[in-house]
Amino acid sequence: MPDLLLELFSEEIPARMQAKAADDLRRTVTDKLVAEGLVYEGAKAFATPRRLALTVHGIPARQPDLKEERRGPRVGGPEPAIQGFLKATGLSSISEAKIQNDKKGDFYIALIEKPGRPAIDVLADILPVIVRTFPWPKSMRWGARSAKSGSLSWVRPLHAITATFGPDTEEPDVVKFSIDGIEAGQTTYGHRFMAPSAISVRHFEDYEARLKAAKVVLDPQARKDIILADAKQLAFAQGYELVEDQVLLDEVAGLVEWPVVLMGSFDAEFLSIPGEVIRATIRNNQKCFVVSDPKTGKLANKFILTANIEATDGGKTIVAGNERVIRARLSDAKFFYETDLKTKLEDRLPKFEQIVFHEKLGTQAERIKRIERLAAEIAPLIGADVEKAKRAAHLAKADLLTEVVGEFPELQGLMGKYYAQAQREDASVAAASEEHYKPQGPADRVPTDPVSVAVALADKIDTLVGFWVIDEKPTGSKDPYALRRAALGVIRLLVENKIRLALSPIIHQAHERLHEAVHGRTTVFDSAPGGGLINPRDVPLDRSLTAALLAFFADRLKVQLRDQGARHDLVDAVFSLGGQDDLLMVVRRVEALGKFLDSDDGKNLLAGTKRASNILAIEEKTDKRTFDGAPDASLYKLDEEKALAKAIDQVKAEAGAAVAKEDFAAAMSAMAKLRPAVDAFFDKVKVNDDDPKVRENRLKLLNEIRAATRAVADFSKIQD
Amino acid sequence: MDALPDHMRPERSFQGFILALQRFWAEQGCVILQPYDMEMGAGTFHPATTLRALGPKPWNAAYVQPSRRPKDGRYGENPNRLQHYYQYQVIMKPSPPNLQELYLKSLAAIGIDSSVHDIRFVEDDWESPTLGAWGLGWECWCDGMEVSQFTYFQQVAGVECAPVAGELTYGLERLAMYVQGVDRVYDLNFNGREGADKVTYGDVFLQAEQEYSRHNFEYADTDMLFEQFKMAEAACKKYLAAGWREGGNQKEHLMALPAYDQCIKASHAFNLLDARGVISVTERQSYILRVRELAKACGEAWVHTEAGRAI
Repeated sequence: MPDLLLELFSEEIPARMQAKAADDLRRTVTDKLVAEGLVYEGAKAFATPRRLALTVHGIPARQPDLKEERRGPRVGGPEPAIQGFLKATGLSSISEAKIQNDKKGDFYIALIEKPGRPAIDVLADILPVIVRTFPWPKSMRWGARSAKSGSLSWVRPLHAITATFGPDTEEPDVVKFSIDGIEAGQTTYGHRFMAPSAISVRHFEDYEARLKAAKVVLDPQARKDIILADAKQLAFAQGYELVEDQVLLDEVAGLVEWPVVLMGSFDAEFLSIPGEVIRATIRNNQKCFVVSDPKTGKLANKFILTANIEATDGGKTIVAGNERVIRARLSDAKFFYETDLKTKLEDRLPKFEQIVFHEKLGTQAERIKRIERLAAEIAPLIGADVEKAKRAAHLAKADLLTEVVGEFPELQGLMGKYYAQAQREDASVAAASEEHYKPQGPADRVPTDPVSVAVALADKIDTLVGFWVIDEKPTGSKDPYALRRAALGVIRLLVENKIRLALSPIIHQAHERLHEAVHGRTTVFDSAPGGGLINPRDVPLDRSLTAALLAFFADRLKVQLRDQGARHDLVDAVFSLGGQDDLLMVVRRVEALGKFLDSDDGKNLLAGTKRASNILAIEEKTDKRTFDGAPDASLYKLDEEKALAKAIDQVKAEAGAAVAKEDFAAAMSAMAKLRPAVDAFFDKVKVNDDDPKVRENRLKLLNEIRAATRAVADFSKIQD
Repeated sequence: MDALPDHMRPERSFQGFILALQRFWAEQGCVILQPYDMEMGAGTFHPATTLRALGPKPWNAAYVQPSRRPKDGRYGENPNRLQHYYQYQVIMKPSPPNLQELYLKSLAAIGIDSSVHDIRFVEDDWESPTLGAWGLGWECWCDGMEVSQFTYFQQVAGVECAPVAGELTYGLERLAMYVQGVDRVYDLNFNGREGADKVTYGDVFLQAEQEYSRHNFEYADTDMLFEQFKMAEAACKKYLAAGWREGGNQKEHLMALPAYDQCIKASHAFNLLDARGVISVTERQSYILRVRELAKACGEAWVHTEAGRAI
């Protein structure tokens, strides 16, 4: 079966867009083929800086013929209806239609046969549409044709289209179409500098081979492999080790069609700058890799660049040029770093009074003050030194105003640590500058130093409460302030450090201050619902905020557990007990509950409890009342009732005591003792006894089962 | 080119370097203009680019534009940052299909041989918030150094470009430093002579860099500059309002150029105020917006002038 080769040859496509564009090309073409009844065998797409290419193999030469029966009007129906039917179906007279009989009478049926078209004609129709509607993140117009509306837009000027179709054993046909003056053909071009002439191509194998001969490596993965292998080799040969960097590798492979890896060096005096700054300078600005000395693990004064040509001088000029630029860049970085060291971190803080954190939440200076207070309040609760936590929070954001962080925002925190160390701050205080931003996501490291943890919690809780106060919560896929990440950070900080902390009072304290910050300053008088004006200073504290924020934490916890493959539904069962604001305890309960429910005892008790709940729900509805209150022991008639009552009392006491000691495993073991009594009760006892008093008492007993299990969780929230 | 005396070779002298570019682009049919006689932040501000990029009439031009970036002053102490430097600007409307090739040839004309240098087009989306302009293109790299900006204008002064113009901007000092092999801008050989006759870039500009850095950061009269900004803004609006005429069956504008001069003035006053650090973060945005409003109104006027409207 024939294959399609498609290439869109353009000016340089941004590296970051290439992978997605190749994927979009494959997806849009193959989807369209399938929709046209052309089911193919396989497809693969490629991108280089100057071309997107696609091969689809095993496409049928023709679409299948389509046969369709269309039902028309009733025989003897009105003339306009019959004329309309003929027009819609293309029949020349009604005698060509069949007549079919069903319950409602005789109807005309037209048999429409649509012969399949040759696949190459279908391609000639669909390819221009795909090119014209291609989903580039940003596209542009160019040249004389852009004077008219409706001209083609592409990521950068498009110069040539190759489109051939045919079996790989034969000379293929060109898919004939043209877009905005560009005629599809079989001519492409080699490397911009090393082999710029036109190349005539036939099908994919031949295309890829000819490109390679013309110094173009079509497959991005192949380019990455070359760069990585050569870079490692080059570093190794000189006794160094490549500092691998996948993101940089992806980008660099998108900047060259013919990768040539070279090594350069810089003055060793620059190694006095922190390694991260050297790496950021060389990586971000120059797209070069750094290497380290395997003996010390520290950076060496070498870098690895990827050129796009085999230079006639073996790369000497290119290396020299890159060395010059890197020297200038590192001079700047060194100057920034040394300038930064001249100013103490605390002396930078007054400037934060001019810097707005968020229009409604005030300045950075106000925010830092709040974080300081909150960190000082959290510190004693988690065993951190209060003074150190205060100092750490005071300085933690100061590096945002340094030159190095201005240049490389991704080094925020880390530079703060270096500058704090340089001014001889306490080690924990310095570390907190870096660590209070952590963890940044599910995979990031969680700090363990109590000072860092206190500041990290304060920072995140201030952020969360702040955006809750101004009602800027995440919605759907929108979370511009990364609040979900902040909440997950709080969860991980507490749970992974095994820290017990009641969040409600902390949230409340943060809330009071933020409420004051937001509403205390407002001068706008909102109109009150019943007329009149609300004095902004009188806006009452939103009492539901703590619960709403705890629910958000519960939500994040569920997501985290689900991602870990744990039972996230148990989070609801624990949270709905109410008053659960200690995330470590919630997680412990969830874990113990999960284990318990995996056991037979757990499964049966859950079933028993649910059965009790179901019966109660029905009877409560029938009687329009609840069955709260203690059962009357004198009304027990059967042994199983007595045994259950006794088991409930015992379990309540034991589980309660275990929960009080936070020994949730023991609480679950106690629960397990309830199971035989519950099973026996349902086996032998008829709840709806003829004696209404006995019935009521038994329902009360069922209610007691439900109540007893609530010592550990709300079983009704657990999914089966 | 072989007849070129040594001191005029682009790798020997700054002025020879500029002349090589002038000659090259003249050969491509560009009109070679002289710098605009006003202070501006970039060659793009020259009306030969900003205004001529608008409207359907073809336009090919090239020129050197002294560019003032008050904030980039370093008192002559930084090896490559200047508050006054030269940009070489080329604009071709509509953008010719071989603009990339022309650009590479222009590099060859100034001594950059693409068989030993690694020349790359690296994504750079250009946007000028003050001009209400944007385009797509690249930073052009030579051996890891950004030597030019290459942009296909999509919108200028709030007006859609139809057809699109291609714009090239060369950082002349930086390129010349590379070609001459010097690390400090002030060491550039300006006139290509040696010995007693040699004039360096430092001889010409070092004192100016020191004096203007002092001026830009410490002494520029901010009260006057605030006043100048307001006056330029008011004058721009006034000239724009006065320039409209009902001509034949369409509206036309008779004073787009003088109005636009005032927009350039306002923009430079803002840059100086910004360097003096007297504009707060929030105010900054509103000043940029005010300049953009002027630029947009000028663009709107321009497309109703003889040179700016449809034929």
